[in-house]
Amino acid sequence: MRIIVPIKQVPETKSVKMDEKTGTVIREGVESIINPLDLYAIEIAVQLKETYGGEAIAISMGPSKAIEALREAIAMGVDSAVLVSDRAFAGSDTWATSYVLAEAIRKTGGYDLVICGERATDGDTGQVGPEIASYLKLPVVSYVNKVGKITDGVIAMQRLVEEGSEKIEAQMPCLLTVVKEVSDPRLPTLRGKQKARKSQIPVWGINDLALDPKKVGLAGSPTKVVKIFRPKVARECEKMFARDEEKIKEAVGKLGNLLKKREIL
Amino acid sequence: MNCSDVWILAEQENGRVLRISHELVTRGIALSKKRGCKLCAMIFGHDINGADLQALIDMGADKVVAVEAPELANFLVEPYSACMLNLLDKFKPEIILGGATSTGRTLLPYVAMTAYTGLTADCTGLDIEDGTNNLLQTRPAIGGNIMATIRTPDFRPQMSTVRPRSTKPADVIRKGREGEIIRIKPEQKLLGSRIKRTGFIPDEEKQSLHDAEIVVVVGRGIKKAENITLARELADALGGALAATRDVVDRGWLSYPHQVGLSGKTISPRLYVGVGVSGSIQHLAGMQTAETIIAINNDPEAQIFKVADFGIVGDLFEVVPALIREIKEEKKF
Repeated sequence: MRIIVPIKQVPETKSVKMDEKTGTVIREGVESIINPLDLYAIEIAVQLKETYGGEAIAISMGPSKAIEALREAIAMGVDSAVLVSDRAFAGSDTWATSYVLAEAIRKTGGYDLVICGERATDGDTGQVGPEIASYLKLPVVSYVNKVGKITDGVIAMQRLVEEGSEKIEAQMPCLLTVVKEVSDPRLPTLRGKQKARKSQIPVWGINDLALDPKKVGLAGSPTKVVKIFRPKVARECEKMFARDEEKIKEAVGKLGNLLKKREIL
Repeated sequence: MNCSDVWILAEQENGRVLRISHELVTRGIALSKKRGCKLCAMIFGHDINGADLQALIDMGADKVVAVEAPELANFLVEPYSACMLNLLDKFKPEIILGGATSTGRTLLPYVAMTAYTGLTADCTGLDIEDGTNNLLQTRPAIGGNIMATIRTPDFRPQMSTVRPRSTKPADVIRKGREGEIIRIKPEQKLLGSRIKRTGFIPDEEKQSLHDAEIVVVVGRGIKKAENITLARELADALGGALAATRDVVDRGWLSYPHQVGLSGKTISPRLYVGVGVSGSIQHLAGMQTAETIIAINNDPEAQIFKVADFGIVGDLFEVVPALIREIKEEKKF
């Protein structure tokens, strides 16, 4: 069985800063990590290939340092990886990114499953998984929270929706996006880290893939960012200290009135 | 004036039109008014309630197109996208708004890719740009740390998903209002699916977090799994749902569907009460658009107080029982 795992290197959310003057995100000095939700995709891919035999291949589109994220995936048990990187891809929106990744997945050869994390914690769109599936004409099952058995080319699973979980069966090849509940990601092993260090990870640029150059990068992206700004999050908090019985009574009384005034009670 | 229309993707469950559809009508009316064009709704399902379809017209839609077949009873990406692309080809919408629901966030990207157009996810702000008449889409990114305004200048339709509960559902303008309702049975060739839905397991909690008007979120300050019953009592007293921070879920005190935050659910209830919640950025990303935010925490410096409307600094094991008593008193009137 052959499983492809697209992953992304993202900025550590806590340390992201914005340049208010230019309205752009400051990337220098911000730590880069593997998209936390991709760890779950990697884990499921490794579990499946351990159960059914075969290989798992991680693939990422990003600047050259994204290769570190691919090495982390190998350290967790993925067999090999490919980095897709070219200045021409910079500034890609989800359409352009999915286009490039899908063509790269095609280039790796045949596959049975493509497994993605639910979304990346920087863009927060969750669109790339379904878009890759669409381009490759694969069925997509999103928000997978449980993976069951694979029998005769059909994979059983559960999908998390608003009111509960759907029981799903999908014909392979197909694409899954997985949520945190699906499994606990393993820690990289020492052996895994050694393998990751020694692994040869090819880098594919725009000339290595069958791409229309007009459809990639900032210029090729259908959506364009007009501006970024800091959200007004802070509210005027009325803070009451309630360290003794009397103060507690006062505080909850005031709260009760507030809730009544706002017609919540 | 090249004016094709604003379309919304309404959603149904068991043939009944869902609330997100009415929220989208509100958004759609504002945009179509500004553009001077019609507001239309598309919906996919099976045996959809006719009165519910008329209600969309009553609220302001000028046209409703319902595509119905047994294969469309529940969301499946292939038949839904095949039918939707068929409608795009036929009606050539200018703008399509969908809900940022589990369906919308899967169907719209799948369609946008084939249609080769721009899709902006999880918008909280939508407007029409003066001069260009283009859609301006504003949405949070980087866990809610920044807001981005996005345009799709050169590709059509301009597509967006809208965060549920970020909009008031549309009021009925007039019952029996004039409008066009078109019910289509699609060709069999559009209905194939390599995915089968074989069953459904409902959530253990009675109230869905996404729909709950009142949510009590319990954080690490609750200290032990056994103490969660206190938070549950508060939720029950308020008639709300119980949810949790990542810390609580990671410790196994409540299951993942309860998790609110960056890697959990995003909620936007009328009332949020944080019990022993410190308010990390990742948690705030999942709840900071709640209408009223209340926090109970022993640490006066806790981040949660920065986004709260009202905060009580104290021991939750004393404050929460007192609050429960107060609520029960208030409810007596």
